[in-house]
Amino acid sequence: MTARERVAGTVANYVDERTGAAKWMKKNLTKVFPDHWSFLLGEIALYSFVILLLSGTFLTFWFDPSQREVLYDGAYEPLQGLHMSAAYASTLHISFEVRGGLLMRQIHHWAALIFMAAIVVHLMRVYFTGAFRKPREFNWIIGVGLLTLGIVEGFLGYSLPDDLLSGTGIRIAEAIIQALPVVGSYLAFFAFGGAFPGEAFIPRIFTVHVLLLPGIFLALITVHLMLVWYQKHTQWPGPGRTEKNVVGYPLMPAYMAKAGGFFFIVFGVTAFLGAVASINPIWLYGPYNPGQISAGSQPDWYMGWLDGLVRMSPPLESYIFGYTISWNILIPGLIVPGILFTGMALYPFIESWITGDKREHHLLDRPRNVPNRTALGVMSLTFMLVALINGGNDIIATTFHLAINQVMWFSRIAIFVLPPLAFVVTKRICLSLQRADRELVLHGRETGRLLMLPHGEFVEVHEPISPELAWKLTAHEQAPALALEDVDSRGVRRAGGLKNKLRKRISQANAESIAKPTANDLKEIEHH
Amino acid sequence: MSNEIEAIKDPGLPAHVHRKADTDPVAEKRAERQVAILFLISALGTLLFIYAYYFVADDVFVFLPVLGNTNAHQLLLGLGLAIALFFIGAAAIHWAKTLMPDEEVIAMRHTMRSDDEDRDALVKTVKERAGAAGLGRRSLIKRSMGLSLGLIGLSPLVLLRDLGPLPGNDLTKTSWKSGSRLVTDPGDRPIRPEDLEVGAVAQVLPEHFGEERRHLSDIAKDAVLLIRIRPEEFQLSPERLSWTYDGIIAFSKICSHMGCAVALYEQTTKHLLCPCHQSTFDVPRAAKVIFGPAARPLPQLAITVDSEGYLIAQKPFSEPVGPSFWERSS
Repeated sequence: MTARERVAGTVANYVDERTGAAKWMKKNLTKVFPDHWSFLLGEIALYSFVILLLSGTFLTFWFDPSQREVLYDGAYEPLQGLHMSAAYASTLHISFEVRGGLLMRQIHHWAALIFMAAIVVHLMRVYFTGAFRKPREFNWIIGVGLLTLGIVEGFLGYSLPDDLLSGTGIRIAEAIIQALPVVGSYLAFFAFGGAFPGEAFIPRIFTVHVLLLPGIFLALITVHLMLVWYQKHTQWPGPGRTEKNVVGYPLMPAYMAKAGGFFFIVFGVTAFLGAVASINPIWLYGPYNPGQISAGSQPDWYMGWLDGLVRMSPPLESYIFGYTISWNILIPGLIVPGILFTGMALYPFIESWITGDKREHHLLDRPRNVPNRTALGVMSLTFMLVALINGGNDIIATTFHLAINQVMWFSRIAIFVLPPLAFVVTKRICLSLQRADRELVLHGRETGRLLMLPHGEFVEVHEPISPELAWKLTAHEQAPALALEDVDSRGVRRAGGLKNKLRKRISQANAESIAKPTANDLKEIEHH
Repeated sequence: MSNEIEAIKDPGLPAHVHRKADTDPVAEKRAERQVAILFLISALGTLLFIYAYYFVADDVFVFLPVLGNTNAHQLLLGLGLAIALFFIGAAAIHWAKTLMPDEEVIAMRHTMRSDDEDRDALVKTVKERAGAAGLGRRSLIKRSMGLSLGLIGLSPLVLLRDLGPLPGNDLTKTSWKSGSRLVTDPGDRPIRPEDLEVGAVAQVLPEHFGEERRHLSDIAKDAVLLIRIRPEEFQLSPERLSWTYDGIIAFSKICSHMGCAVALYEQTTKHLLCPCHQSTFDVPRAAKVIFGPAARPLPQLAITVDSEGYLIAQKPFSEPVGPSFWERSS
């Protein structure tokens, strides 16, 4: 035994005698993780969160979350002698006088954008491959919660510097609160400690941004990861992979080194962006003043779709018995997002209701093999994309020399027309891809080599595909539609007929697919 | 579903293919050297980082293609950090990919569901324990507990009451009074009609007295936009026309949609545009909404001139300014 082994043994013994960790560690250090690039997306979100904690802590050492008015006499000449909030002045101080301060601010902002982007793409991966199915519904809901909190946390974060752009964002948030029926103006006055903008809001959202929400994030992320660990990761279908096993690499050492290394890669790329790509140059916007604004006011991208919905809303307000209901704010700002996010959170249960499938699933779906789900996903994304585009309608109008009205009317119509169109097109594409898979399995790969037959006909030579690929293309199951009888065994109409009918219809649409090659199909081919 | 028609069989996990470094000692040595080099590049990155922190002044700017004029201190600091971090990652991953074991292994899953025995035992235990505590029988305790827990839930709500004052009539009134002089913002100078040419726009606030600087919460309601057009271009009711002075018309600058400053005036079309959500208001027709999500025109401020020839407000705004709220009556 070498000296090093002896020391390690002593330490391990010390810890194990007090925690009994040896058994747990032994099991978990060899835990198997399947490998695929799409499984790294959630990791990017996790690592960005760590980067946000580190860079954010650095920023709090100098940031002064106060709306007290100060006279600026710092290093940035164009703003010297101006009155501004201490929050804005300290952000300028961080940007111009703290060494590495601007770098850290930019790393923090880039990490936030990457965090949100990684969450969204990770969510798309989980959705389109059906990784949310039983037993992972809880984790899906936690994920939707993290996405929602991330949007709020990001908004609060870029609101803190109290510059002209972010102050305008807060103004809009205040208008949304104020628009709530009955309690709106009270909630707004409570949140802002009086009339907008007051001096209370920035200090308050600072506490929420650096303490409350990160605490909730930490708790939710911990549960999210523990569930992934406990339930074991999903895997792509392929040779040797079944619903009952998990094929991959043991945690120690390769997976540990890869995942740990990937953290540094993500951090390095974020630092590179912070070094070379200017983001949120608040000194150009000036301090917030409710009587001023800059043209081309844009929120960060993860808020852009919300702003786009608000922009395209028709001018609807009701005045009833001396009270005002602002539909032009409530519908795009609260009701539509509420429906979208609730629907997203409940989707695993909706799908299992449609398919009647209550089994555990650990093998991922190839998106083409579940056309309805894939089409619904693309439809939702199309909706979001149209909303996001309209969130930048002024930029688009000026860039492409269009009238703002044209862009707005395009969005107003497109938000209703394009999503259903996207559904139909996506479903057709999925079915076509299924057909292509079937062709490939039955007739093999096109080689591009042409052959002239003795009687002059030209044919292309096909090569059979590998058994591994053939398996991959046919490993999925094709469940038939739910058979729901309108009448029970005694010929009596069932209760909830309409609900059953709806379920049956959706289930039928859901089960539409191109049949996989059967043994008979293959045999017939062999005879030719 | 049915396995009997499943035409294609699972060929099983393919055989493991060894990497070059697994079989060739030369390749192994080479990989080892590559990993070491990557770690060394990271170390150089940290040195660059430290050098930039101490020895590159933060007011040195260099011109770089694509990036433009760039602060050398921030750039080198950032690049040093990026290199230091990235190459640790690159080294670890290269190490894992070339030298660490890469044989795929199979582990078995177990269903999440517990055994029936365990589930039955749990139900039994819970029933027993709950019964022993008398939760089902002692309804007096149960009800009083429900009451106390329900009530204590109210305490945070009570505590949060002092977050802010009640709105009162704060949302409906501004600092404008009859006779308030219109002063420029910024500058606080009173203005005369002849200071504004036809087609000109000015942002004004009510004259402010006292030492204390204006509160932003006042500006958020008081900001007014003065626009001068030719008087014959107005399409106003006689009352609204009497609120203008010699072609000068005054509107609240706070958008009736969500409170942004309606700052973009298009001289040729005489439209006011809110840059936030593109609500467009037609100036000659009392800021009627002609496009966008705003549901109400911008409130008009009645103006005239005083004996010294300065513009003043005839009277306060006749309706609340800014975004809608529940208690607003129209």
